[in-house]
Amino acid sequence: MSAPETTAAPGTITEPAIAVRVSSVDKVFETQGGRVHALEGIDLSVAAGEFVSLIGPSGCGKSTLMRLIADLDAPTSGSIAVFGKTPTRARLDQEYGIAFQQAGLLPWRTVAANVALPLELHGVGQAARRAKVDELLDMVGLAEFAERYPDQLSGGMQQRVAIARSLAEQPRLLLMDEPFGALDEMTREKMQADLVRIAGETGAAVVFVTHSIPEAVFLSDRVVVMSPRPGRIREIVPMRLAGAAAGPADGVGAVEGAATRAARTEGLREDRSFFEMVTAVREALHGAPVATGARGVETR
Amino acid sequence: MTTAARRAAVVGWGVAGLLLLVVLWEGYKLLAPADGVLIGETRVLPRTTDLAMPHVWDMFGRLAEPVTRSPSAQPLWLVILLGALTTLGIAAAGWLVGVVVGIGLALVMQRWRVAEWGLLPWIVLSQTVPLIAFAPIVKSWGSRVEIGSFEWQDWMSVALIASYLAFFPIAIGALKGLQSPDRIHEELMQSYAAGYWATLMKLRFPAAVPYLLPALRLGAANAVIGAVVAEVSTGLQGGIGRLLIQFAGQASGDPAKAWGPIFGAIVLGLVAAGSVALLGVILKNYRRTEETA
Repeated sequence: MSAPETTAAPGTITEPAIAVRVSSVDKVFETQGGRVHALEGIDLSVAAGEFVSLIGPSGCGKSTLMRLIADLDAPTSGSIAVFGKTPTRARLDQEYGIAFQQAGLLPWRTVAANVALPLELHGVGQAARRAKVDELLDMVGLAEFAERYPDQLSGGMQQRVAIARSLAEQPRLLLMDEPFGALDEMTREKMQADLVRIAGETGAAVVFVTHSIPEAVFLSDRVVVMSPRPGRIREIVPMRLAGAAAGPADGVGAVEGAATRAARTEGLREDRSFFEMVTAVREALHGAPVATGARGVETR
Repeated sequence: MTTAARRAAVVGWGVAGLLLLVVLWEGYKLLAPADGVLIGETRVLPRTTDLAMPHVWDMFGRLAEPVTRSPSAQPLWLVILLGALTTLGIAAAGWLVGVVVGIGLALVMQRWRVAEWGLLPWIVLSQTVPLIAFAPIVKSWGSRVEIGSFEWQDWMSVALIASYLAFFPIAIGALKGLQSPDRIHEELMQSYAAGYWATLMKLRFPAAVPYLLPALRLGAANAVIGAVVAEVSTGLQGGIGRLLIQFAGQASGDPAKAWGPIFGAIVLGLVAAGSVALLGVILKNYRRTEETA
């Protein structure tokens, strides 16, 4: 294993603005019930610093797509590049941080030791480790819980620890698979606001899997709407929200992303443009204008 | 209830249980007929004579008296204590071998699925071989082992047999423990580009602790049983197994004496299992579970 590259890597000179490029990716699972076409003809690029949500009903392959980018699974055909590298190389170089629906903290480690785990595995010295952990716990607002154990924290706090851990290696890409899915609505909205701030502070690109339309709208620069059986991208909806004249239209202009993020405050949830975008995503999900009662996708 | 009160209650119930046993023993001895209870020709409850069931105070009183009538004889409790310590040492050696072999097998089985399929049936099968049957064989094989200045000692045969009983629960428990991490934890380690050894040390072993502790305790109890039985069947001198046989032979003249080594063996098992429980106190943080408060 080569040393993790946490600063700008030389291998990215060719395409400095692209965090993830997915080109005509297919994924087929061989199961006992036959072949399941989880993903078909997926093309997607995520610009550096851009926040992209994947949304769709169960079985649309949104988690599978994220797992392919994370190199936790391999595509059946097509190619994926993460900062111009193969996903495996990017994983070995610690180009991304990852968080799942469950916090996945190690119960025998304190909060601080959990956040320090990736650093420990990559041979970061103790002093540097402690400084980094303090900084990260500060960022997620859990500084005074450093010596607690996961079973002493609420679900929302555990998830914040998991997010701090995913940021430990200062990745330029965050992969998140429904990280707030198990949280109550109040905690969820608070965490969304925190995530917007943290993503802004770190400048990391985010690929965010969710099945909540308002969550996707609130967080994202672009929302990728997927449909199931086989998993396809139905539409990519750029978010045009109040305070941002125009969001990045088709991915490669994400430098404005940071500017639009500043506008994502709690007030946005009450804003007209927010509801318009929710409607736009809902219509994309159902393929036609819908009045009420979206099916298949939670609208919370 | 406070912690202290709860602890007192635990001790209290333990003492109450022991007292109940004494009451039952003495009560039966007092009330039942001397010849026991018979249904037809079959005796369903034992005789209550002093020969078959000595009084509790006789059994304990006997411990303070000398082993034999010889003026230089040591008190019975001291002889039993020394025997028990000898056996404990042998059992501990056997337990350590069992830990190494058991965890080693578990590691191999966890690493390679094929090894699990191939080894596990044999490991289970190994425990069906009666201990009494192969103890003499191990002893005779051992007596032929001589490597350089190293010479096989008889106690090593006993330790080996103890390890044979000890390794089984450890191998099974360790395998279950090493396989216990959630998929999400394994994938996290994968995302950190952690290799096999790093994953083993940071994830699998810590996660295995809650499974290993009861397995180690069971292994310790098994090692003691194995050592005692092996001492009896190989005729090793000095341990409590030998005392059990020797004093049982003298029971017709001195019935209370035969119970001494039995108490010794019980205490021995408790000490062995208790030492491992101590390990659990040290490793208590590894027994936490990730549950929301």
